[in-house]
Amino acid sequence: MAAQSATASRSGLRSALPLLAPAYIWLTVAIFLPLSAMVFFSFMTDLPLSGKPWAFTLGNYAAFFSQSLYLTLLLASLRLGLEVTLWCIVIGYPAAYVLAKVLKGRSREAIFLLVILPFWSNGLVRIFSWAMVLREGGILDTALNAVLPFKINIDLMYSYPAVIIGLVHSYVPYMVLTCYLTLQAIDDSLIEAGRSLGATRLQVLKRVIIPLSMPGLVAGAALIFVPVVGSFMEPRILGGRTGTFYGTVIEDQFVAVFNWPLGAALSFILLAVVLVILAIASPVLRRAA
Amino acid sequence: MAGVQVSDVSRSFGAHKALDDVSIDFADGGFYALLGPSGSGKTTLLRQIAGFDFPDSGRISIGGESVERVPVEKRRIGMVFQNYALFPNMSVADNVAFGLSVRGEAKAVIATEVQRALDLVQLGKLGGRRPHQLSGGQRQRVALARAIVTKPRVLLLDEPLGALDKALRVDMQIELKRIQREIGITTIFVTHDQEEALTMSDRIGILRDGRLVQEGPPEEIYDRPRSEFAATFLGDANIFRGDTTGNGIRLQDGTAIAAGAGATLAAGAKASCAVRPERIRIGTDAGAVDSDANMLKGQVSKRIFAGNNSTYFVERAGQTLKVIVQNTGADRLAEGQDVVLRWSPESTVLIAAT
Repeated sequence: MAAQSATASRSGLRSALPLLAPAYIWLTVAIFLPLSAMVFFSFMTDLPLSGKPWAFTLGNYAAFFSQSLYLTLLLASLRLGLEVTLWCIVIGYPAAYVLAKVLKGRSREAIFLLVILPFWSNGLVRIFSWAMVLREGGILDTALNAVLPFKINIDLMYSYPAVIIGLVHSYVPYMVLTCYLTLQAIDDSLIEAGRSLGATRLQVLKRVIIPLSMPGLVAGAALIFVPVVGSFMEPRILGGRTGTFYGTVIEDQFVAVFNWPLGAALSFILLAVVLVILAIASPVLRRAA
Repeated sequence: MAGVQVSDVSRSFGAHKALDDVSIDFADGGFYALLGPSGSGKTTLLRQIAGFDFPDSGRISIGGESVERVPVEKRRIGMVFQNYALFPNMSVADNVAFGLSVRGEAKAVIATEVQRALDLVQLGKLGGRRPHQLSGGQRQRVALARAIVTKPRVLLLDEPLGALDKALRVDMQIELKRIQREIGITTIFVTHDQEEALTMSDRIGILRDGRLVQEGPPEEIYDRPRSEFAATFLGDANIFRGDTTGNGIRLQDGTAIAAGAGATLAAGAKASCAVRPERIRIGTDAGAVDSDANMLKGQVSKRIFAGNNSTYFVERAGQTLKVIVQNTGADRLAEGQDVVLRWSPESTVLIAAT
């Protein structure tokens, strides 16, 4: 019986190979090879490209531990990732709920399109639009002063909130989409059953809907948290001097300082930390899901 | 426990009148079936009683208390859904405990009540299972236990046996009836299965196009239907149409059919007579004239043998009549044979034309 099923799965794999191959060949060429090169670089004293002499070293990794700045920035980035993820849940989950359970037909399609729209706009354009809105004398400042009877100064540009706003805007569609998919799969009669048993809408949400949509929340959180921790574009443009994070430091190594080995080493430390966090969180999340 | 009164309830969805001035009185402790074809409004009516939807007009009261604007969670009802609607993220025991737990009952109370409810549906040992580990019939029982553990005033069932196979459905019918008797709860049961309605309920309400066609005990509706629809939807009936003679009708070809039951109508009006297939005697002897009996001649066009009975289709003046004969060992009639049909006026119901 066991042997039989093993044969079945092996022949299943063989027939699936032509379907799997393109994706895996592409991943190997486009991601695995360059990444391997980066692993290699991260153990070098200098790039071999400029013809300068080089040697293998652990110094790039040691640099992370010898200078407290890197750890401080990493912690700041992790906090940023956590905050952005939380805001995405706070903003994205209710939107997903309304899309999946309240709206029907044309209005659902229209609202859905609005959620997807950030995906289709260029990232830089998106961020610079926020710069126009958030700076002193910008759109938000002018609009608020036009409405409010007293004078206030809104200058969020080059601040931590500006970075959060920009990142949340970029990443909230992931949360809406993943939550929408799990919420949509929940049978409406479960909500009705809960209410027929005397539960308020809030109790049904807490005890039935949220537990059942946990897989979507977890997937959305993972999709958002990981790239936000390494993000550099939004912190640099919207954060200015306050926008120095782990991601911007890595970017500096590649673009400004031209110290690829250190940049690569810092990237892999980030990858390791993120993997450890996900590994620690996964049993908890799996139980919740 | 309480009775339910529905008075003049109407509900429209856009231009569609789902419920049109429906009034029905569900007495305390009774077992009611709401029967009708799909789109007849029976589920809409159940949802009004449950409180998932509010009527446009009319009144609904449970135990004398007006509830037509009270939301479902405050109505203290128990409901069993067609697809069971068990919470997949909870164990069987937690599913059953849900209603008590949201009400904030003490843990010990919940545990005893849940066990009692599970014992009642004979699933006492399965509290730790997950819904997906249960069979359809077991899920049905869990759904029932969950609905009654909160001691609701009324139990509402929305085609609860629709998803079960035939044998299991019969078991569950008996089981459901036993449990209902045991706790004595007013039960309203939506179904499109006429046999289910007949066997299970104390009273049946037949709905069609949002209107209550007839309401009463199963025997009364079956023996004295007040419309052609009620006659043909609940059971089978041969329908004859003609002009009333006061105590029967005269068919177009002049044949008189005497009716012993049903409406009293002024002579000359259009009317129908309904006769159940099992009330008709079929034979070959034209000789003996029975002056009391209705008599028609015809020809057997088809016979369907079903073991304990046979159904004969008899052609007569362009109409196909259905006759069911119990298998008593008597000679069976062949297809193509000329036959005489006889039945008593008492078996004939006069129905006003609509």
